[in-house]
Amino acid sequence: MSETTHIHEHVTSVPHEAHHEVHHEHHHETFLTKYVFSQDHKTIAKQFLITGMFWAVLGGFFSVVFRLQLGFPDAKFPWLEDLLGEWARGGQLQPEAYYALVTMHGTVLVFFVLTAGLSGTFSNLLIPLQCGARDMASPFLNMLSYWFFFIASIVMLSSLFVQTGPFSGGWTAYPPLSALGQASPGSKVGMDLWLVSMALFVVSALLGGLNYIATVLNMRTKGMSMTRLPLTIWAFFFTAVLGVLSFPVLFSGFILLIFDRHFGTSFYLSDIYINGQALPNEGGSAILYQHLFWFLGHPEVYIILLPAMGMVSEILSVNSRKPIFGYMAMIGSLFAITILAFLVWAHHMFVTGLNPFLGAFFVLLTLLIAVPSAIKVFNWLTTIWRGNIRFTPAMMFAIGFVSLFISGGLTGIFLGNSALDIHLHDTYFVIAHFHIVMGVASMFGMFAGIYHWYPKMYGRYLNNTLGYVHFWITMVGAYLIFWPMHYTGLAGMPRRYYDYSIWESFKRFTDINQFISIVAIIVFLTQILFIFNFFYSIWKGRKVTTQNPWGANTLEWTTPINPGHGNWVGEIPEVHRWAYDYGKDGNEFISQTTPVGENESKDH
Amino acid sequence: MANAAAAANTKWWSGGKSPFNLEYGKLMMWYFLMSDTFTFGALLITYGTVRMSSDSWPDPNHVFQSFPLLGSGLPLLFVSLMTFILIVSSVTMVLAVHEGHHGNKKGVIKWMIWTILGGLAFLSCQAWEWTHLHHEGAWWGSNPFPNADGTVSKSNFSDLFFTITGFHGFHVFSGVVINIIVTIMAWKGVFERRGHYLMIEKIGLYWHFVDLVWVFVFLFFYLV
Repeated sequence: MSETTHIHEHVTSVPHEAHHEVHHEHHHETFLTKYVFSQDHKTIAKQFLITGMFWAVLGGFFSVVFRLQLGFPDAKFPWLEDLLGEWARGGQLQPEAYYALVTMHGTVLVFFVLTAGLSGTFSNLLIPLQCGARDMASPFLNMLSYWFFFIASIVMLSSLFVQTGPFSGGWTAYPPLSALGQASPGSKVGMDLWLVSMALFVVSALLGGLNYIATVLNMRTKGMSMTRLPLTIWAFFFTAVLGVLSFPVLFSGFILLIFDRHFGTSFYLSDIYINGQALPNEGGSAILYQHLFWFLGHPEVYIILLPAMGMVSEILSVNSRKPIFGYMAMIGSLFAITILAFLVWAHHMFVTGLNPFLGAFFVLLTLLIAVPSAIKVFNWLTTIWRGNIRFTPAMMFAIGFVSLFISGGLTGIFLGNSALDIHLHDTYFVIAHFHIVMGVASMFGMFAGIYHWYPKMYGRYLNNTLGYVHFWITMVGAYLIFWPMHYTGLAGMPRRYYDYSIWESFKRFTDINQFISIVAIIVFLTQILFIFNFFYSIWKGRKVTTQNPWGANTLEWTTPINPGHGNWVGEIPEVHRWAYDYGKDGNEFISQTTPVGENESKDH
Repeated sequence: MANAAAAANTKWWSGGKSPFNLEYGKLMMWYFLMSDTFTFGALLITYGTVRMSSDSWPDPNHVFQSFPLLGSGLPLLFVSLMTFILIVSSVTMVLAVHEGHHGNKKGVIKWMIWTILGGLAFLSCQAWEWTHLHHEGAWWGSNPFPNADGTVSKSNFSDLFFTITGFHGFHVFSGVVINIIVTIMAWKGVFERRGHYLMIEKIGLYWHFVDLVWVFVFLFFYLV
């Protein structure tokens, strides 16, 4: 592991570059070591990104198919049968397939896209570059992290092709649906593959997270104190802490679930009749699974959101040409969110029969999250306030993120109340809330990150015009899709139904469901435009000609335009100031590597 | 050790060095152990939840009362031996780390071998205990032992026992495998060439952690 660390017993401080010396020695890289089994954090970041994009397209396509069912429950689409076969007999999506698609959409988007694709990509790309390190603490474990994710992807993908279909009991995989093979076709081998895939995913997340934490703490360049770190790094750091402490609990929950499925135990099962037959299981509790699941499940929300918050903070500041407002408050609020993330999981369980007295505490802790969230929102707004804003596509998406975070966050205050939750739980109001605040907002953070750091990844720019088209359609589309869901949800329309048109109470939503479906399809096609832009620009995009195209202060822009493995040619630069000296003393920006001048004003 | 640094008035957190004066691998091991604490924590909390929601529970003095060759009627004697073996293997691990500090290759190998033997002895004991309980009819999904209050018990007791001690045993097994690999590396002089035995320290942390987890497993399954 530490093949090249040269640490002797009496050495007082550990030289943090020591183990990277080896990388300067082997430049004879083959295709396999450079692009496939690469240990370069930048390549691993791209691997995470492109695998994540593959899943995003697939997961998005799932939603298009089930939105067709929801919008046009009576229509027949012969092409669906061509594509999905038995799943869409006679051109109509079958109920089992509908539930399988809904489940896969959730699993894929939450874990594979917005965890691996987001944090995996940008933690890998930016932590060494912005901390001033040659690579991750352990490049080898970092590579393993990607390949565990890759195998998890293969296993999950294979579950789509088994005869009984992929798991179909919802992305949360509540028992008994997930524990009993007899419960539904998707609960058979599809669920086993789901569990294996997720277990591998946990290993990947753990290997990645340990590396991110060790790198941020141990590998910062000279002068880069913790309070000089860009907020991106703080966000990735807390994200990693959340993952390292919450994924193992999910893992334990899965182990017990596997035993319940195959070894006759009763951890989650008790007093169950299936097809009129009584099962022998006694003494377990399905609620126990929900506790274990949501102990990860809630921090997971912030694992998804924090990286987006960090990148948005950075992008808003750079493109407003102003220092971030309230830097320490931003760190403090990230920290507060990290702590609170562990203390609110039961707000997903208000109507499970949870003791209302206990519920009251979870309401209080949940609503407390509004405080750090509001701090962040006001700091973002005051950062761009009277700024000299450059509306690059990245900046547009960053502003879009703030807008979505506000809209989605406000409905969180409704849902955080256990009394209101009696009415609102399991309705489209919930769907609208979490899609806006966690799903779309984090996607916007991810898009912002891609547009902003694409020049660093590929030495070229993404096409701006396509970027603006992408932004506006996605932005308007996101609101048109999810805004109406608030109304249907408040009116009592439950989630997860296959066909609303057969219910007298929900017939009146036929038009609104159709409208949502049409917009969803348009937005999906727009993402294909982005994918085209992404791959086209890798080879044909406008070339980056200056080292620091955005005029940013952070260290990644002091590397060559196409940095090699090791990032900096020669010495790693020393850092002399925080990352946000924009518009100071008449300078548009001052790089972190610039020493503090004699007559420089003190305040930053 | 930290004198030189203190004299130079080093700012530990200002970058360019590890703020904990730790090499990254050790730092990662600490964080991994924290993460693993949550894994075991979740399992033990599950145990507590299931047990607290049951009306009654089998009496460990009644379940665990056999000793190989000595027969039954010896409550908790065998598990005490197991616990003793594991704690002794932690002591030998401490000695291996200590020898590593002095760069004494022979000493490291000697104490590592004792540690491996301790781990193997523990695993053998566990294998015997599992076999014995299995012969008595206990397994995942079946529990022959009545509750302490005489009522018929559910399968939860053995479900939890085999899952959690099995998960711990798997940790011990992994530890033994890694110990063997590391010992071979030490024997081949890998650490001598590196000039330090940090790897022994890292695996030592893991070994002590697994030992500590056993203390909790012991407490919850056998004592209370």
